[in-house]
Amino acid sequence: MSTAYQIVVCGSIVPDPLQTLEPVSSPAGPALKNEAMLPSVLDPWAGHALFEAANLAKNAPGSKVYLVSLAPKAKLQQVMMTLAQKVPFELIALDGSASGFTDAFETAGALADAILAIPGLDKSKLLVFGGWESASRCAGVTMQVIGEKLGIVDQFQGVDELKVNADGSLEILERIDGGKHQISTCAGAPALLGWATGNLPEPKNNPQVGMANMRVVMPALQKAKPAPVGAGGIDFASVALPKQLRETRIVKDAAPEEIAREIVEWISK
Amino acid sequence: MENILLLVHTEADGSLAKSALESLQAAQALAGGLGGAGLSVGIVGEKIQDAANQIAGCGAAKFLGVEGAEFAQPRYASDAAAAEALCKAAQATVVIAPATSRWTRVLAGVAARLNGRVETHVTGLRAENCAVSVTRWYYRQRMEAVLSRAQRPWFLLVDPGSQPAWEGAAGTATVEPVAVSLPESSKRTTVTGLRAPSADAQTIRPDADLLFVTGAGWTKKQADGQTHVPEAEKIIFDFLKLTRASLGSSKSLVDLGGEGQAVISFLTHLNQIGQTGSTPRHPKGLSTCCHGEEPHAVGWRFIKERRAISLDANCGWARGKADVLYVADAFAVMAKVNELVAAK
Repeated sequence: MSTAYQIVVCGSIVPDPLQTLEPVSSPAGPALKNEAMLPSVLDPWAGHALFEAANLAKNAPGSKVYLVSLAPKAKLQQVMMTLAQKVPFELIALDGSASGFTDAFETAGALADAILAIPGLDKSKLLVFGGWESASRCAGVTMQVIGEKLGIVDQFQGVDELKVNADGSLEILERIDGGKHQISTCAGAPALLGWATGNLPEPKNNPQVGMANMRVVMPALQKAKPAPVGAGGIDFASVALPKQLRETRIVKDAAPEEIAREIVEWISK
Repeated sequence: MENILLLVHTEADGSLAKSALESLQAAQALAGGLGGAGLSVGIVGEKIQDAANQIAGCGAAKFLGVEGAEFAQPRYASDAAAAEALCKAAQATVVIAPATSRWTRVLAGVAARLNGRVETHVTGLRAENCAVSVTRWYYRQRMEAVLSRAQRPWFLLVDPGSQPAWEGAAGTATVEPVAVSLPESSKRTTVTGLRAPSADAQTIRPDADLLFVTGAGWTKKQADGQTHVPEAEKIIFDFLKLTRASLGSSKSLVDLGGEGQAVISFLTHLNQIGQTGSTPRHPKGLSTCCHGEEPHAVGWRFIKERRAISLDANCGWARGKADVLYVADAFAVMAKVNELVAAK
């Protein structure tokens, strides 16, 4: 593997999945109750993209990983304290809302501009990574729009595997309908990959990596440009939690045979 | 006045999938609700006449098509070019498409090209006072929003299973071809094949009547202080084989595999449902050994009838979210279920 890549990972933060979320109205549109207080994590699928990027960079000498992240910088700093210990990357921070209710097109525009502003950006070496959907907006829109803004028409979504062939071409596995994968071969960079889960476990914390990363993370956060993204084009009529609460019939102290009969009868209906 | 375009692609056999017919039903209903908005159909595929004939009786004002070997397989560059050309030819203001993996990959990009906007995972469409609004979920199916936009064209990707499928007469449709010439730069990617488990080993069955959800409890120590993973694997696999149910799994059970622990061998991340997995739609769901509160339970948000087997009568996965909770040992119950189903 001889190609050196510039791997740009787009990823933001989301509320910790274990938190209870409740929508509220704000002057800027829908928001989450106590949003500023909710603990955050790196968006899970973007996290997989970052770990896959780091693994690719490790195996392609001369490659570099950038993490472009649009989020409130104070919260981003908290997440970086953990994330920076995982894999080497250079942070490019944008200070703005990471809310799921912002418009993906506004977010994509800000991220694409930040990517284009990377010094020495070489599109012939560029791989743009990200999660195929966020855990906030859950739309799967931002990455494609970034790709269009960067002029990348080799795009893949729901990626679970990337291999670089001896001739420099990329072999990519994408999730498709019905629990299958589509296998594609792309001539090479530039390409955009929206990752699903991939194959790599979360890397263990490495304090040395953390120290090296934090030397650039803190200055990047300090000079984070404001990115005033919002939901200007969207008219929300309502945002609500599902009201559905079921009356659960609890069957206790029944023999397995009895329960099994009831279940078989139910699934046979 | 809106100009609605239904955008569909053919399957490998040249037909339209059920999800395409569901989107057609939604498009038709929306056109009717808007007081006779125009409805066109755009079809992409290697050969499209059979697909057009399949829905010839849908009442569309016109059928447009992009056809050819270059459009047989899902590929961003060619699919985006085809969809862009169809939208322009139809002068569409609202584009409705099924949220298949093929269209989900590409239509956000097409919206960007046309200076439009897109809503994905749409589960409801409404026409009120000549205005279109849609329903979709945020934060992984944890809150539901109704929204609208003024910007056009507006692409709406409809989640499969969320709408009734169109049922109507086939016939002979006249398709207007729309020419798309692909530059060499759009042919850098080649689809070389599919990877799928053999039919017997395939545990994800989107059309199954039942979703069988396995939780981490299957791999935990049982009453005798030992784990029984091989036994769990056999019970689950036998059940799937006997009932043709689709298999879902909680994140914790899938993640155990990534940590090198012995787990159900046929479980992959594709089976994962919930916060960082899928939220499938099936008429019935049976969860076993699943635990957790609301954030974990979103995986069966769209399951209509739900039952659960758990040792914990107060488990947040089931209480208030399932119709019936059996407080019992899933190993014992499911072994008996398999016996009964096999004997039928």
